[in-house]
Amino acid sequence: MTYNINNKGYYGEFGGAYIPEMLYPNVEELRQNYLKVMAEPEFQEEFNALLKDYVGRPSPLYFAKRLSEKYHTKIYLKREDLNHTGAHKINNTIGQILMAKRLGKHRIIAETGAGQHGVATATVCALMGLECIVYMGEVDIARQAPNVARMKMLGATVVPALSGSRTLKDATNEAIRDWINNPVNTHYIIGSVVGPHPYPDMVARFQAIVSEEIKWQLKEKEGTAKPDYVVACVGGGSNAAGAFYHFLEDTEVKLIAVEAAGKGVHSGESAATSILGKEGIIHGSKTLLMQTPDGQITEPYSISAGLDYPGVGPMHAHLYKSGRAEFIAITDNDAMTAGLELCKKEGIIPAIESSHALAVFEHKTFKPEDIVVVSLSGRGDKDLETYIDHFGL
Amino acid sequence: MNRINTKLQEHKKLLSIYFTAGYPNLNDTVSIIQSLEKNGVDMIEIGMPFSDPLADGPTIQASSTQALKNGMTSEVLFDQLKDIRKTVSIPLIIMGYFNPMLQYGVEAFCKKCAEVGIDGLIIPDLPVDVYHDQYKSIFEKHGIINVFLITPQTSDERIRFIDSMSEGFIYMVSSASVTGSSSGFGDVHTDYFKRIAQMELESPQIIGFGISDHNSFTQATQYAKGAIIGSAFVKHLSTEGSTKVESFINSLLRP
Repeated sequence: MTYNINNKGYYGEFGGAYIPEMLYPNVEELRQNYLKVMAEPEFQEEFNALLKDYVGRPSPLYFAKRLSEKYHTKIYLKREDLNHTGAHKINNTIGQILMAKRLGKHRIIAETGAGQHGVATATVCALMGLECIVYMGEVDIARQAPNVARMKMLGATVVPALSGSRTLKDATNEAIRDWINNPVNTHYIIGSVVGPHPYPDMVARFQAIVSEEIKWQLKEKEGTAKPDYVVACVGGGSNAAGAFYHFLEDTEVKLIAVEAAGKGVHSGESAATSILGKEGIIHGSKTLLMQTPDGQITEPYSISAGLDYPGVGPMHAHLYKSGRAEFIAITDNDAMTAGLELCKKEGIIPAIESSHALAVFEHKTFKPEDIVVVSLSGRGDKDLETYIDHFGL
Repeated sequence: MNRINTKLQEHKKLLSIYFTAGYPNLNDTVSIIQSLEKNGVDMIEIGMPFSDPLADGPTIQASSTQALKNGMTSEVLFDQLKDIRKTVSIPLIIMGYFNPMLQYGVEAFCKKCAEVGIDGLIIPDLPVDVYHDQYKSIFEKHGIINVFLITPQTSDERIRFIDSMSEGFIYMVSSASVTGSSSGFGDVHTDYFKRIAQMELESPQIIGFGISDHNSFTQATQYAKGAIIGSAFVKHLSTEGSTKVESFINSLLRP
């Protein structure tokens, strides 16, 4: 069995491109070109140079000593929070902006939930001098004000999505509608491993740098390129896809995907898609999604805007269904506690998304000799207000 | 013969109307269908509301949201339509997104359509390729015609493929847009309409998106077998309610 994508654009039974005919030429153009473009030496050279000099890669693989002592295991943090713009999201936007330029597109659209992907997109558009329009749910605009300001400072136009739950799913709908209305000059930079093929694969490949680095960094530190576990939070699943990518086929490396349980998996306010979801179609992809028995997509909930998505990338749906990855659901409270613990033990303020992954240590016991790599996908600056409210700081 | 094919053989330009089932009120569905037929509409697209209608503009989005709030589901819709063939004889097509059909079961959905007298389906997010590989035989078994879309960006080669897959008509999207965009056609549109007309396809074409009044209807049907009006009618329903269907159709056909 393979855990990566097949030549038809599916991970097992998940994936594909369930798109209206209006989007077919855009998506098909990308499908025909993405692998070719990514294989060009000049593309690789430009991509790698920007990752190094602009993003600040490689991001450190940091041995978290005090956290390791507490949990009696070896914990390494992959420090994506130290990237320019504060999260892993920039790896993908750098890749896609270069792709857009190669395809001759000069207008860029994106969706954003927490605002991290919107900021990362606005950043690369400023870098390349391209027009940037970011769709963001009205609710998210209110709860992520600093990121809205950042995008504006970077020259992007932020358009509120006013339909549905007015969060990430609706921002994605609006971006897709924009693409339908602007089929020729526009590239849509999707921020996660979701959407129609080839997006999940393309985004995973741009994020794969994360696991590529983990391998050689771990080799340097521990003499082995193989951790026992890789742990990452999953909303749409892009940081997990990047952290898992080069370990997908090596089943000796165990993968743990952490979803947001919100106020409890069965509380009615949750975003634990693997448990609550059923197979269906969302944003052009066949995957697991939260829906009513009648097939209407439901509103997820998580304290973390970046995990507040009713679907999950098709790669992760396949990892779940095949049993390749273990899926754990972490509540708001447990995530917040784990986030604060990292502050106190290691002097690192994590994004609430990443705090979900860190909560794994309270929920699962590892052996003292286990090497556990946790993807610290983003920094917590954007979440200060939520931390303040939650802990009454 | 399927009612759609019979209708397409008539020597006239066809007016097709879209509305969202369960809107403005849950139980308006049947009476709207009946008055559309009575006022001279040739074919009806019954919109099955979806939470995330990617190809629709604000008007149809809003009607879908309201219809879902009113309690519309696939089950409710089929129940409303169970006796529709006792009173209505024009072709009826359900237009909806794929996920609700997938949850109902594609086979069960087609079977139910055949039972109540639905003649065809329009599923914007079920690509022709996937239909061809996975669902064609199911549709054929139940005698349900699947209608595919083409747009100004669709390549000639793909149009030929879609033509070969079409049992009824081709839904020709007038411009690169979601539903309910601005009305009226310029040279860009008519060039596209002419280009398609010159391809002499097997399947007749019916133009939709951006048609809202007598003028745009007349323009579109110069180049195609018929035209579809959706958002403009839904807007009319939202302001006038479901009892004023006649005035809208009169303004289109008998201005």
